[in-house]
Amino acid sequence: MVARLKQEYGSGITPLTHLGQNYMEVDRSLIPELLQRLRDDEQFNYCVDVTAVHYPKRENQFDVVWVLYSFERNERIRVKTQIADGESLASSVPIWAACNWLEREVYDMFGIKFNGHPDLKRILLPDGWKGHPLRKDYGILQQDNEWVQINLGIESGQ
Amino acid sequence: MTDPNTLSPLDLDTLDKTYLDANELVINMGPQHPATHGVLRVILRLDGEKVLGLECVIGYLHRGVEKIAENRTYTMFNPYVDRMDYVAAVSNALGYCEAVEKLLSVEAPPRAQYIRVILTELNRIASHQLWLGTHALDIGAITPLFYTFRDREEILKIFEKYCGARLTTHAFRIGGLQYEAYDGFEKDVKAFCTFVKPKIDEYEELLTTNRIWLERTKGVGVISGKDCIALGVTGPVLRASGVKWDIRKAQPYANYKNFDFEIPTGQNGDTYDRYIVRMIEMRQSLRIIEQAVEGIPEGPIMAKVPKVMKPPVGEVYHSIEAPKGELGYFIVSDGSTQPYRVRVRPPSFINLQALDLMCRGQLVADVIAVIGTLDIVLGEVDR
Repeated sequence: MVARLKQEYGSGITPLTHLGQNYMEVDRSLIPELLQRLRDDEQFNYCVDVTAVHYPKRENQFDVVWVLYSFERNERIRVKTQIADGESLASSVPIWAACNWLEREVYDMFGIKFNGHPDLKRILLPDGWKGHPLRKDYGILQQDNEWVQINLGIESGQ
Repeated sequence: MTDPNTLSPLDLDTLDKTYLDANELVINMGPQHPATHGVLRVILRLDGEKVLGLECVIGYLHRGVEKIAENRTYTMFNPYVDRMDYVAAVSNALGYCEAVEKLLSVEAPPRAQYIRVILTELNRIASHQLWLGTHALDIGAITPLFYTFRDREEILKIFEKYCGARLTTHAFRIGGLQYEAYDGFEKDVKAFCTFVKPKIDEYEELLTTNRIWLERTKGVGVISGKDCIALGVTGPVLRASGVKWDIRKAQPYANYKNFDFEIPTGQNGDTYDRYIVRMIEMRQSLRIIEQAVEGIPEGPIMAKVPKVMKPPVGEVYHSIEAPKGELGYFIVSDGSTQPYRVRVRPPSFINLQALDLMCRGQLVADVIAVIGTLDIVLGEVDR
């Protein structure tokens, strides 16, 4: 499969293996086309997880990771792409309905926007909260004091 | 049936317009509600008694577990995972410890693996018992709650004797176990198996052919296997919809490949089938425990792991079959003592997403039944 995809997309895909697990680093221009291909032609019909990792020192600050599984092949694969702060990706909700809440969580925690998402808003934190907690520059004790004061009527949540 | 891919979000902006024609009604349920199993808020859009759509509002229990992980060492984070799915803490710990072991390229010794499997399966039974008690209570059957809590106590006693804690056990360590099985552990586990088998029959006697139970569960909250896969729903919910998939069989972890057990499946994907699947799962867990307790090998319980853990740079995704579904950990290491990123793939969070689809067209009272049958734990949904 990897050879076939590699032939088609060329340098856009780098297939790798670490600790016996397969993943591929892909160019962000291939998203969502490649994900669609993986579901339609390679039977990766179950999107296990969508998440991100923040590397503040890099030019493209974020890694966005899709964990996919195929029931037919009994195989897992991870797709990874890099994007810069402020850039957005195409939503995968039309490909896997499961991505709906997962993308909302990535948006909530990292501030990565997904174009075409049916209802992109915060999911775990309240609407109107400032900041995205899983970014590395967000301190562990930091919080939106203004929100806490207005909505909870207390000086600070600490 | 509605296609999950085209399911429109509950459009709250149009509500004041439709509200005026008096056919549609918006009702808020929760977050403080006895049948939402925690602090789940559901906004229901109703036409009379019929549910037109609903939206879940979650996050009330958000503690930032993933952020905490980035500021703790690998060992220090271990007790935190117990606090996500607090009714199946042992499963959480198993997933986390195995994921870090994979990063470190170590494997727990056989004796530790056996004890791990026994405790995890005991916890699966405890989790299903709690589910059955509360789910039946929601639907109106009070007795099963007393029965299941009485019997679950026996499991918690074994946990308490083993590690001193009953719920948030912190039973496992990265690389194996901290505690050797106490004297009489095997005897206690065997005694529990003989004790609980007739009790499971007792629960079934109360419910399986009970007419009220059948009326409240048959054909309620139906979801097809195809929709389950599209929505990422796993665990007993997926199996009750006819998909025979269990990570213990599909991609065995720990030493599950040594044991003989069946994966139960249903056909209709309704609340009743999910009940039956979980009942059989409890019996299958007992089967695993009985095989494991007979075969506990002698030997060390801890693999050689460094006191200061610094896994090599890299990332790993490891998942296990928790009582609720696929529980995954995605851990990125930068070579330091603290994980660079820990992502938890919680089964409850993703299963809850199917609530909207499963409730559309049903009655308000069935929403309670469907929340119960999904077996969510809000500590895990919100993390």
